[in-house]
Amino acid sequence: MLEIRNLTKSFGGVKATNDVTLDFPDGSLTAVIGPNGAGKSTFFNLITGALRPASGQVLLDGVDLAGRSPPEIVRHGIGRAFQVANIFKSLTVQETMLAAVSADQRSSAVLHKRFPLAETRDRAEHVMELLGLSGKRHRTAATLSHGDQKLLDIALALVLEPKVLLLDEPTAGMGPEERWRMIDKVRELWETQKITVVFIEHDMDIVFKIAPKIVVLCYGQILATGTPDEIRNNSAVIDAYLGTEHAGAVA
Amino acid sequence: MTELEAGGAERLAPVRNGTALHRYRDVLIALIAFAVLASLPLLTGSKALLDFVIRCSAYGLFATSLNLLVGYTGLTSFGHGMFFGLGAYSYGLIMQKLGVPIPVAFVATLVITAAVAAVIGAICVRLKEIYFAFVTLAFQMLIHSTILSWASFTGGDQGLRGGIPRPVFLGIDLANHVHLYVASCALLILGLLAMHQIAQSPFGYTLRMIRDNAARASFLGIDVWRAKLTVFVLAALFAAMGGMVMALFVSGAYPEFAYWTISGEGIFINMLGGVSTFLGPMVGTVLLLLLNDTVTRFTEYHGIVLGIVILFFALGLRKGLLDFVAEWYAHRRDAGEGR
Repeated sequence: MLEIRNLTKSFGGVKATNDVTLDFPDGSLTAVIGPNGAGKSTFFNLITGALRPASGQVLLDGVDLAGRSPPEIVRHGIGRAFQVANIFKSLTVQETMLAAVSADQRSSAVLHKRFPLAETRDRAEHVMELLGLSGKRHRTAATLSHGDQKLLDIALALVLEPKVLLLDEPTAGMGPEERWRMIDKVRELWETQKITVVFIEHDMDIVFKIAPKIVVLCYGQILATGTPDEIRNNSAVIDAYLGTEHAGAVA
Repeated sequence: MTELEAGGAERLAPVRNGTALHRYRDVLIALIAFAVLASLPLLTGSKALLDFVIRCSAYGLFATSLNLLVGYTGLTSFGHGMFFGLGAYSYGLIMQKLGVPIPVAFVATLVITAAVAAVIGAICVRLKEIYFAFVTLAFQMLIHSTILSWASFTGGDQGLRGGIPRPVFLGIDLANHVHLYVASCALLILGLLAMHQIAQSPFGYTLRMIRDNAARASFLGIDVWRAKLTVFVLAALFAAMGGMVMALFVSGAYPEFAYWTISGEGIFINMLGGVSTFLGPMVGTVLLLLLNDTVTRFTEYHGIVLGIVILFFALGLRKGLLDFVAEWYAHRRDAGEGR
């Protein structure tokens, strides 16, 4: 279980994350929404070690990871995919997967054997299969479509076998159809892999359709948490966020 | 989708038992290359041709080691030549002052180079691109001026004169021109084989990840600093090997071996041959030395001609010769698969 306790971070005088306390039970699927500048990405950066929290705790199965380095946090089991696909552009899909497994198995400094190591194959194969990238295994990452690059980014997080997977806007920059395909994939991963998934999403239709639980952030604070129905009818959320934007999206 | 996957699986199958195969293939190619080179003295009496191959060995080892930094890791060193000079001087000094057997001096030189490279690397590899280039260049100048000013030990601007002794070991007499030639070829082939293994190892792929996206690599749990330092030291060792071949060839060591222009030539060679393939720098070496030798014969303004050729590759083609061949080959293969 991932427990966030009183997490706080300021930039200058602005509190980007202000005393956030949240629980993400094992195997849960949660959407994080909020207007631009609500502190959603900062929240992810604090959990994954890209930023150091000023105070508060990030407890994964009771171990406090707040303030540790990104590699350490990854090794403890919090994986992350990025808003802009963060990949190795000159490696093929298969090489990317195999090299990531090598890194996870601490064999990334091995000099006397040939790449890829036999013991890295099964995991790489499994994740490529899972994300439907097997057919594109020999494609160089730079030549993949935008959507496939995002999938590869998620595959990079997933191949490390995380307990918690954080997805920063998995559908960013995608067309409507591609969005639904991506989010179906996310839901499928969550259902089959039985991992905790937290994702940031702007498209309210998507959020209300697939997320059993929603967290609304506003000015770095939690405005509301609950099921889609609870959020839809929450007056504070409507005032701050949904009222105009979601009405517009529906129309 | 299923069709595609089946195609992918088919192609993977040979790779599965292929990693050991790849290495045997490399060794086989190396043996053939060595056999061809070593039989050259039987076919020709041309001393100039053999000398050319010896110089190619020295520069080829140096340039290929630089490609480990530039092409594979994305570390553009402007001071890599310092290890070429360090190799030549260490070897020459050990042989002149201590009179140990040649293999001992060879290994001792590699140990010294590793130690120096570890210290310089520890300072440099933390720096970002242009600062890394500048500081490596600064260290090169430091070593060059040390050689010049410590005249009692290094011979100053006169270099190591009086010849480097070449005692016979294991029946190999490096004072004999053919022996020296075969030994240089052997060092070149062994060096290339070792560097190719590094490039194709899991560590080699770690280097590629760092070149492409160091931040993401660290998110995967890779210690970027340590990997960069390791490749910096490894590359220095092969550059020193090149320097030793050079010292053996001219039976001396001169301050020019440690001057920044050697680093510059290394970069030129990599631009000429290309950094996207393993053998690009080797092709570049042959090209540059050929150009050097032919152009100097026809005009005293050979610098201008070389400059124009380099500009043509850098600005006109924007890649090296072997990059073109590799691209053409990949293009043909893809077209073939498309059918």
